[in-house]
This record gives sequence, structure tokens and C-alpha cells, in this order.
Amino acid sequence: MKREIPLIITFVAGVAFVLQYFIPHYPFSRFENIFSDWFAIVGAFAIWLGALSLIKLCLLNISKKSHDWPISLLIIVCFLSIVIAGAIDGFQGMNNTPATSFRDPGTNFDWLYQNVYTPLSSTMFAILAFFVASASYRAFRARNTAATLLLFSAFFVMIGRVPVGDYLSAWLPERMQLSHWANWLMAFPNTAGQRAVMIGIALGTVSTSLRIILGIERSHLEG
Amino acid sequence: MDRLKTLLFLTSVVILLCLPALSQTDTPLGLVGDAKPVIESPAGPPSVEAKDTKNDDGSAIDVSWQLSADDQRLVTKYQVLRSRSAAGPFEVAGETTKGQHTYTDNGVKVGDSYFYKIAAVYEIKSADSTSVTGKGESQVIGPIKPIAQWFNMRRLNVLFWLLVTCAAILFYIMQAKSGKELYVRKIAGIDAVDDAIGRATEMGRKVFFVPGIQDMDDVATIAAITILGRVARICATNDTMLDVPVSKSLVMVTARESVREAYSRVGRPDAFKEDQVHYVTDDQFGYAAAIDGMVMRDKPAAMFYMGGFFAEALILAETGNNAGAIQIAGTNQPAQIPFFVAACDYTLIGEELFAASAYLEREPRLLGSLKGQDFAKGLFLLAIFLLLILAMFGINWVTIMDVS
Repeated sequence: MKREIPLIITFVAGVAFVLQYFIPHYPFSRFENIFSDWFAIVGAFAIWLGALSLIKLCLLNISKKSHDWPISLLIIVCFLSIVIAGAIDGFQGMNNTPATSFRDPGTNFDWLYQNVYTPLSSTMFAILAFFVASASYRAFRARNTAATLLLFSAFFVMIGRVPVGDYLSAWLPERMQLSHWANWLMAFPNTAGQRAVMIGIALGTVSTSLRIILGIERSHLEG
Repeated sequence: MDRLKTLLFLTSVVILLCLPALSQTDTPLGLVGDAKPVIESPAGPPSVEAKDTKNDDGSAIDVSWQLSADDQRLVTKYQVLRSRSAAGPFEVAGETTKGQHTYTDNGVKVGDSYFYKIAAVYEIKSADSTSVTGKGESQVIGPIKPIAQWFNMRRLNVLFWLLVTCAAILFYIMQAKSGKELYVRKIAGIDAVDDAIGRATEMGRKVFFVPGIQDMDDVATIAAITILGRVARICATNDTMLDVPVSKSLVMVTARESVREAYSRVGRPDAFKEDQVHYVTDDQFGYAAAIDGMVMRDKPAAMFYMGGFFAEALILAETGNNAGAIQIAGTNQPAQIPFFVAACDYTLIGEELFAASAYLEREPRLLGSLKGQDFAKGLFLLAIFLLLILAMFGINWVTIMDVS
């Protein structure tokens, strides 16, 4: 029964979800919201599991003096700092008239969010630019015919998207200018490729969903 | 004589003082009585029609009307007025700009009856910034009762293709169950899974499995967990350390159970450690930063990226590449596939991510579903090709329905 019950729940929920897409009538029209609410409720409880797992692992690293134990200590300090700041702001906010939230501007939590979290997050996103450069350098090496084709396509797309491309090809007829070539590459070969991938993904999604609903695919339940 | 001159002078002064006041009577805003402004009212819409919105759950009514004769001259907007009785009172259900003649009223309840009328409104601001309006109303129509439909006809084409796809998948599953040998094309990325883990075993290093940043309600994450089960089994057999950092608590719970079962199935339950599958953070870039740090410290020999990835895809894959790991990736996000292709050794493109579990298991029923999936893809290609040929000859009788 340990395995049958999840399979039955999966089947019922899966069929209900398929039906609600085609049947707008009540109660089917409510299914999406009901399932979404339940998922949010279960997810909210599960957050504690995640947080406890993180703290447990870090404490274990510190107690064992693993090679990266200072990082684990830093994680715990950061975790507790933001939780304590939020809790203090929350309790203080409850006493204010009208009541304020720990997320309001001017709170300690907001200060940490604006001055620690946001810059760190932005830094990680900014690093992406350098990774794009290094990945492009490797991908655009003309090792074979396909890579050479990719190199030329990338060259035309990149130069066609910047003003210097227009400047260099301004003397040509409009349909021969670099920006036109770049737009053509993006609108036709690129879109065709993207759509082919999207059709494949959609079919894979249907196939996987069907396998899971019918209980043919069970590896996510039993390894 | 002097008195006459004085009288004439005074009369002239009075007339001059009165001129500005007299000239005001020519403005659109007339002053009547105690300075209350009055403006011209536009003609009301000559006809109004209201009907139940099709293919919905009975929560909307479509209202349409003929434009007022003064639509271009005076009308500034139309008000859709709704009431539960023909006598009123009417409330404003919504507004449209001039020139618009349709409105969908989403503020109704299924089963209740409603009456409608449309007001053509001429609204201007007076000198003291208050609104002055003139209205022309249509006749009242109704009652109209919104009805919930049992089938959304606009999704008929989706149902058709869904049934075709499901029929193809079920047909090949039955073929596989009857013992028929099915040919499945080779997928290089999945064939490389064993080699990648073998390399980690030989080097005595970790295997990292990153299941993306989506939750368990995303089918790509479910597909990733199915692949994780297989990867965990090989790792358990080879006694290779598997590390699964996750960004969602529910994924952690599911992945942990999957890995635990995988270790048990190969007779190594003692080798499983709960902390192999551990939560990092829900935050996208925090997750990427944490994994980058772990990769640079632990230098894993193999890395798997399976599931839903976004901007963090390249950050992770490039770091793995710098660490010298053999990398296999698969995602359902088309925009991220080029990044994985550029940075990883093997990439599962499109449906290959969803095929991986069946391909690895080699279980007949799973392979049957894979074959059915390929067959449906062939049908789609054929349909696209035929429609393309028809369109080239100007035959556009086949229209794609709007499924929004």
C-alpha cells in the first residue's frame, strides 16, 4: 500500500488536472486553484525541512572541522542574522500603530536586504557576462563544419545588432546590410530551431505526464 | 447738455463692463440659474446586445452595442450599466473608450439574471476641475443569464492532438508489453551517463547532480528525479560519492527518498547518507553561488544538470567546466539549451530530457512510451509540412484555433 496510495493519488490528481483544462464548468474550474493552494500549504511546511537540513549540515561540518567549516559558520551567522532581524522588526511592528511589517523600508531586515542580499545577487548576475564571453570563445572555435557555421552566424548576428554594423554596411542596398542579415538569421533559422525544440519538449511533457499518471513511470517514487 | 453727456458716458461704461459677461454665453458651458453648468448630451447607442460568454465557467457576459450617432463629435466614453432588475438601480459594470463597441463583464455570477444598458457619455472638466457630464442611454435589455459550459470548444484542437499523442504512446506501450522488439535511436548524452560516473569512480571524486531551481510541480524536475534515481544506483554500485544540492525543500524530500531507494535496491543502504541530498537556498543566484563554491572546493569529476534552469545555467556550467568535470545537461527551457551546449560535454535537447529515464531503464513499457512519443513527433512534422505546402499555394482553409 505504501506505493499504491501515491500512485492512486497521482492518477486521480493527474486526470482531474487534464479534465479541468477542457471543462470550464464548476467544480473543474476550481481545481487549479485548489491544487495550487494545497501545493503552497505543503511547500510552506516543507520550508522548515529545508532550513533544518541546511543548519544540520553546517553544524556537522563545524563539529567535524571539515575543510570548509568556516563557510558553514558564515552560513549559520548569516541565516541567524536575517532571521533575528526579521523577528525583532516583526515584533516591533506589531506594537506600532498602525502595525508595520518587517519588510517595510527602514527596518533592520530591509537594511540587510538592500545592502547585503541585493548587491550579492546582482554581483552573481553580473558575473554571467564574463561566463558568456568564455563560453562563446570555446563554442565559436571553428573545429568542424557545424562550429564554423555557428561562428559565422554568431558573427553576423552580433555585428548586425550594433551601430558599427550599420555603419560598415551603409553603402549596400538595404536588403544586403548586416542588420538585415542578422534579423533574417534570428527570424527564420533561429525561430525554426527554437520551435522544433519546443515541440519536442511539449511532446516529452505529454509522454512523461502520461507515464506518471498511468503509473508506468515510478522511478521518482522508488528510485 | 452736460447731464446728457454724463448719462451717455455712464451708459457706455456699463455696456463695456457687461461685454465680457455677454461673451461667455457663447462657450459650451452655459450658466443657468445659480451658475450650474450644462452641456449637450450625446445620443444613446441605438441598439444593445448581451449574451453569455462562450466556453467559460459562467462568470462573464459579452455586451455589444451600436455606436452612438455622436460617437465622433461628443462621446468621450461608454459606460456599461448593469442591474439585477429592469427597473434598476443600474451600477457601472465597466467603461470603454469612444469607438469601442464591445465589453466583457466579468463581474457576474453563474445562474443569476442581469439587465444591461449602455450610456454614451460626454465628459469635460469645468473651470474648477470638476467633471461635467452629459449622457445618452440606450434601451434596457435582458434578462441574460450566464451559463457554465461543460466543454471549452476553443480547445478542441488541443484535445484532438492530445488524444492522437496518447493513442500513439499507449499503442507502442502495448506493443512493447507483447514482447515486440522496439528500436530506439541512440542518445549520446544519456549513453555518456555511465562513462561520466565511471570517470568519477576512477578519479575517486564526487558526482554532482543539480536538479534545477523549479519545484516538484514542474515536469522537468520530475524527469530530473527519475534520472537521479538511475544515477544514484550507478553511484551506489561503484561506491562513488553522490552530492545533490537542491533549491526547493519539496525537491529535497523527494530526491532524498529516490536516492535512498536507489541505494537500497543495489544492496547498499548503509552507504546512503541523508546529507548527500541537501537543501541550499530557494534564491536563484544564491543557489548558483553555493554550488559554484562547492564545485571549486570539491572538484567533482562529473556533473549532471537536469531540470528547469534559467539565468544560473551558464554560471553553473562554466564553473563546472573550469573545474574539469565531465558535464551532462538537460533542460526544458529552450533559451538555456544553447548555454548548456556551449559549456557542457553532452546536452539533452528537447524531449531527450524526458526520454532519459526510459532510455536508461530499458524497461519495455517505458521504451514503448518513448517510441510513441517519437511517432507523435513524426505526425506533427508531417502536419506542419502539409500546412506549409498548402500555405505556399495560398490555401488557408486550415486555421489554428486560439487556445487562450
